Amino acid sequence: MRRAASAGPRVALVVCALVVLWLLACAVAPGLVAPGDPLAIHPLQGFEPPSLAHWFGTDESGRDVFTRVVHGAGPSLLIGVAATAIGIVLGVALGTLAGLGPRWLDFGTSRLLEVLFAFPGLLLALLFIVIYGPGITTSTVAVGLATAPGYARIVRSQMLAVRGAPYIEAEVVLGRPPLWRFRRSILPNVAGTLFVLVTLGVGQSIVWASSLSYLGLGAKPPTAEWGAMLSAGRTYIDSAWWLTFFPGLVIVASAAAATVLGRTIQGRVRGS
Amino acid sequence: MTLGPGTEVEAALESAASTRRSGRGAVRWLSTRLAGLLFVLWAAATLTFFAIRLIPGDPAQAILGGPGSQASAAALAQARAEYGLDQPLILQYLGQLGRYVTGDFGTSYSLHESVVQAIGQQLGGTLVLAVASLAVAWVLALAVAVFSVRAGRAAWAVGNGLEIVSAAVPHFWLATVLILLFSSTLGWLPAINVPGPVGLVLPVVTLAVPLAGFLGQVMRESLLNALHSPFVLSARARGESEVGVLVRHALRHAALPAISLSGWAFGSLVSGAVVVETIFARPGIGRTLLRAVQERDVPLVSGIVLVVALAYCLVTVASEVLDRVADPRLAESPR
Repeated sequence: MRRAASAGPRVALVVCALVVLWLLACAVAPGLVAPGDPLAIHPLQGFEPPSLAHWFGTDESGRDVFTRVVHGAGPSLLIGVAATAIGIVLGVALGTLAGLGPRWLDFGTSRLLEVLFAFPGLLLALLFIVIYGPGITTSTVAVGLATAPGYARIVRSQMLAVRGAPYIEAEVVLGRPPLWRFRRSILPNVAGTLFVLVTLGVGQSIVWASSLSYLGLGAKPPTAEWGAMLSAGRTYIDSAWWLTFFPGLVIVASAAAATVLGRTIQGRVRGS
Repeated sequence: MTLGPGTEVEAALESAASTRRSGRGAVRWLSTRLAGLLFVLWAAATLTFFAIRLIPGDPAQAILGGPGSQASAAALAQARAEYGLDQPLILQYLGQLGRYVTGDFGTSYSLHESVVQAIGQQLGGTLVLAVASLAVAWVLALAVAVFSVRAGRAAWAVGNGLEIVSAAVPHFWLATVLILLFSSTLGWLPAINVPGPVGLVLPVVTLAVPLAGFLGQVMRESLLNALHSPFVLSARARGESEVGVLVRHALRHAALPAISLSGWAFGSLVSGAVVVETIFARPGIGRTLLRAVQERDVPLVSGIVLVVALAYCLVTVASEVLDRVADPRLAESPR
């Protein structure tokens, strides 16, 4: 029911595309965007506010915050993408079992999801981290696990909707084997939704993973990862605002870009 | 459903819809729901129990302070006997379930007090924070929903802005920006916890704004639908004022999906509380949970996780009851 305002969405879309391109450039070739060394220490240039020489200022050891943000794009985005991949794969597996399997399987899977939903948000992730200890890998897997039940729910309802559609009924009547139906009719019809979920999910995963890093459970401070940079800068919040403001801004920008792109794709998918 | 907010909310709405579809008699409905609740609690306890067995290393070692503690063999054996770790797994499991039922959640490794006591001390602070945030979020969301359905072009911007704020702005960054603005620069509000309502303002705003973004979006959708439905047309035809239509007919519809989302909202508040209580140094469940995770204090973590799961279930059932009160169609439907 979104009204098509003419100029607004297009401008937003262009801005988002630029943000995504910039982030990808940072992730693939950080040396081209910011030629400096993200770990280079200049003790005499500590805590310099943003200037032409240091766009985002410098941190307590004189490291350039802009360089660190650029070089942090790779690990931060990778964590977000990997967590989403884990969540989506698990979610699709569970959702497909529930949506296309026999009734008892749907019943069992749905109860399992209900139980997982009782561990809201970060809780499932924290439970996982307490078992396997903090770190980049565990926090990534934790975010993936924590988001999987939500994806599973949506995938299940999509599968149920497609399964009940007249064209599938027609194929059953025509005697197409189940695997053929799954590959040729069901998958293409849920692919759009999956694509939207992935795009939105990457934004969410970046926010979640950086939250865990911020809490000291993910990437550790000397690493140029956005959440870890924020966590380290927190100590100096009164004297050096740029240490926390800019890494956070990049997180918000990337998550916002992913959200807008996801919604735009969703509009296209539903519109066609 | 048309364009909903984040994927989490979509999933939560989906689950709410699936319980709504089964309209049955009130007593039968409630007993089914309570049985379902007991099942979820049992499964949550089971899951937690076995998940914790997956921890690599010797649990007795963990009790005595982790691998670095160099505990003697005698001390390890004593800890094993004390915590029943020398028994077969199934007996440990049944014993643990029994203790949960009697309200015994064990002793925290790091705080050296009973888990129930530790949670009891911290619960109040989090409850105040959560309830205040939820109230503020509802007021904000309703205001935004009512405002945005009236303004055509602005509504589009508001709707999108809300989603971006709620989906893309992490609690920790919002808190940081608020502290920078209101405590460091303007000096109006304290950055760390002080007793009384003044110390509550920034934490509540931090939690309420993203939540209001989600709720406001959902409310806006259903308010728009309600305003275009026949009963509003007939109310207008009877000559009711715009305000009358809104207050008496449409707002109830706006509230429905937001009520259904209460369980999800509760979860997001708890997750947010972990971050917000840590940043603002507020005592509470969230901060205790984080510290317990950092110290790998297994009894405390599982205790808090189970208490939150219990609270989540109660909130969900309560929201469904409220849903039936606000929407009589659910109770009346014959099937």
